Amino acid sequence: MQSQTTNIMIVGVGGQGTLLTSRIIAKVAVDMGHDVKVSEIHGMAQRGGSVVSQVRFGEKIYSPIIKKGDADIILAFEKLEAARWLDYLKKDGMILINNARVDPLPVMSGKAKYPEDIVDKIKQHVAKTREVNATDIAVACGNARAANVALVGVLSWAIGIPADKVENAIKELVPAKALDINLRAFNEGYKLFS
Amino acid sequence: MTRKLLLGNEAIAHGAIKAGIRVATAYPGTPSTEVFSTLINFAEEFDFHAEWCVNEKVALEIAYGAAISGARSLVSMKQVGLNVAADPLLTGTYLGVKGGLVIVVADDPGPHSSQTEQDTRNFANFAKVPVFDPADPQEALDMTIEAFNISERYHLPVILRPTTRVCHVCQDVNIPETYFTSPKARFEKGSDYVIFPNVSRRKHSDLIDTLQNISEDFSTSAFNLTEGEDDRGIVCSGVSYYYVKEALQRLQVKPAVLKIGTPYPFPDKLVTSFIKDKQSLLVVEELDPVLENEIFRLVGKTGIKTELHGKNDRLVPGVGELNVDLVEKVIATWLGKSLPEMSVAEKPELPARAPILCAGCPHRASFYAIRKAAGKKSDVVFTGDIGCYTLGTMPPLSAVDTCLCMGASITEAQGIGRAEPGRKTIAVLGDSTFYHTGIPGLINAVYNQYPLTLVILDNSTTAMTGFQPHPGTGQTAMGEEVPIVDMVKLIEGCGVKSIKIVDPVNLKAAVQAVKESLDYQEPSVVIMKRECINLPGHKAASNPVFVDEQKCRDCGLCVTEIGCPALVMEKGQKPRVFETCVGCGLCVEVCPFDAIQGGGR
Repeated sequence: MQSQTTNIMIVGVGGQGTLLTSRIIAKVAVDMGHDVKVSEIHGMAQRGGSVVSQVRFGEKIYSPIIKKGDADIILAFEKLEAARWLDYLKKDGMILINNARVDPLPVMSGKAKYPEDIVDKIKQHVAKTREVNATDIAVACGNARAANVALVGVLSWAIGIPADKVENAIKELVPAKALDINLRAFNEGYKLFS
Repeated sequence: MTRKLLLGNEAIAHGAIKAGIRVATAYPGTPSTEVFSTLINFAEEFDFHAEWCVNEKVALEIAYGAAISGARSLVSMKQVGLNVAADPLLTGTYLGVKGGLVIVVADDPGPHSSQTEQDTRNFANFAKVPVFDPADPQEALDMTIEAFNISERYHLPVILRPTTRVCHVCQDVNIPETYFTSPKARFEKGSDYVIFPNVSRRKHSDLIDTLQNISEDFSTSAFNLTEGEDDRGIVCSGVSYYYVKEALQRLQVKPAVLKIGTPYPFPDKLVTSFIKDKQSLLVVEELDPVLENEIFRLVGKTGIKTELHGKNDRLVPGVGELNVDLVEKVIATWLGKSLPEMSVAEKPELPARAPILCAGCPHRASFYAIRKAAGKKSDVVFTGDIGCYTLGTMPPLSAVDTCLCMGASITEAQGIGRAEPGRKTIAVLGDSTFYHTGIPGLINAVYNQYPLTLVILDNSTTAMTGFQPHPGTGQTAMGEEVPIVDMVKLIEGCGVKSIKIVDPVNLKAAVQAVKESLDYQEPSVVIMKRECINLPGHKAASNPVFVDEQKCRDCGLCVTEIGCPALVMEKGQKPRVFETCVGCGLCVEVCPFDAIQGGGR
């Protein structure tokens, strides 16, 4: 049964929009007939702290949070945050890293250095590491703010869920006036590695 | 039956609607907030009254008043909110209710976003109020409906106590089609709702009998389930039940499991029959050893001989959240089983990422002004409060020396000043917190002639919990425009003679205002007025700042003085402005060389 469960962590910096992404994936998983649990972080951490949304789906889901070493996929909205959750990734798991950098306070105040080579370091540990420049994709589609949905595209490809099912969920959750750009960004993301 | 993907808090709201609530009240607080913000969306359609209240005590009293009039009522708050509402809770339990009264109190093991890890199950025990403890959003919905039934059947308030991993977990939930239609509310005069010592004695005695009856009821409740047969048993509750289920599956072991959904009054009969043939028991629960101590009591009462493991022998951690990793280890230790080696990827050393005030947050400017006014080497004590602005404690602002609970900035300052006469203090709190519990402390300063310097950070919203309106915003929960409860008139009415209103980004004026307030010999107030940049409808940046590299002399003050996340300077480079800049212009004021320009105010 464990093997039939899919565990996804969506990590980033509070305010980056990880919540919308986890809801879209959850909606699709429910539509596909899975038992689903999503665990979100609200409150103080959403003010620029380190945040994680966890999506689990399969035949029967007990715990709403993922065990260490049990995540099939980590989608990171920010490079440093990708590394922070590495110990949750399965041995042969995949990590998708958005090429964005947000300096935490110790870096801003000069007390710590931002590890420039962080993606390379992750690659040493994780064979299935993929880098994405979601902002570039979104800008090419017409609006930088569609970057999240481009990442939803990449994640959907990685999970292996059909694009049309995700498109339906996006139509339900994204405001109509931004829909065209978002659908384009989603599809560009979905095609990126396929 | 409708199925819907719902957050636990949303599920509670749907349960309350199905239970036919007529009145809903709340003060926002993570992780409880979405219970009420979901209810607002349905208030018109299902014809019930919903209001954000100024604090939890007020919210509970209003819900209580409605309930003794026969209306089903729900009030929601976070766990520390119940401390504020303790007074009406304890007496309300003696006096009882007519219509169902359900108090949703969200606990926060971890804690993720709270001052304490207090356990509301213990609070329920102390207050003699029945409590339901849901394990997931579905159960949260079902228990909400049942809580109203129990409340009405026994004329008692009932607490529903979800935790963060129920409140903020999303699941596909079955919503029943049928819903309860409340009879028309009417307060009957001459009924038994006046507390008095002789009434209290009688009521207390009745209450103890009632709790005995509820305990019997709970022994057959569908929310308490027994699974499997074995001479080893696990007793658990809430989300811990699911950690146990998953850990047992991973470990391939099958002890008997008893899940308790109704921790108080404890279902003695059911638990006695579960433990009587157990050679060893393990209790897995978050926060306090509530179930465990109840079982200790039962063992004493019945003389049952069994081993009992849990928090008292430190097998289960006494603080923080549980998870499958921890519970798997606990169960393996309990059963003397070894765990398979687990290899997880090593992570490199990383700089921590704590929460931070947003780029352009007006609080940053306010704290900077306060620091400037107090003087670099000054000894002024900064007493802070609960809200986004608790983050003012972080460097480089470092302008919060103590933070206790809602409203305590004003009163802690008085205590510090009284203990150490002559030591200056500056109390800082937000607008919503001022209306919540700040006002009595201010009156006390005027009454007792304490030369208080109070800075109110008025950003026109309750920001931390998601931008709820409050009495100073002129808007209700339902979005109606109402007269503003004028902060300035209120403060004047308290007897404060010096009140100044400044825009904190207007740095010189802001610093001057705080300086004058510090020198003033009587209580004085500075209102730092500037809207939260995240308020829906707040104008997006039209004029972000830019760095004139010719003028910049690499002093780095713009970065080291204010710590704005939109401004970064790396060694050997000029400061860089990110697209998150909203152009508040604080850095323009800070730069001694006019090298930062732009920014619109």
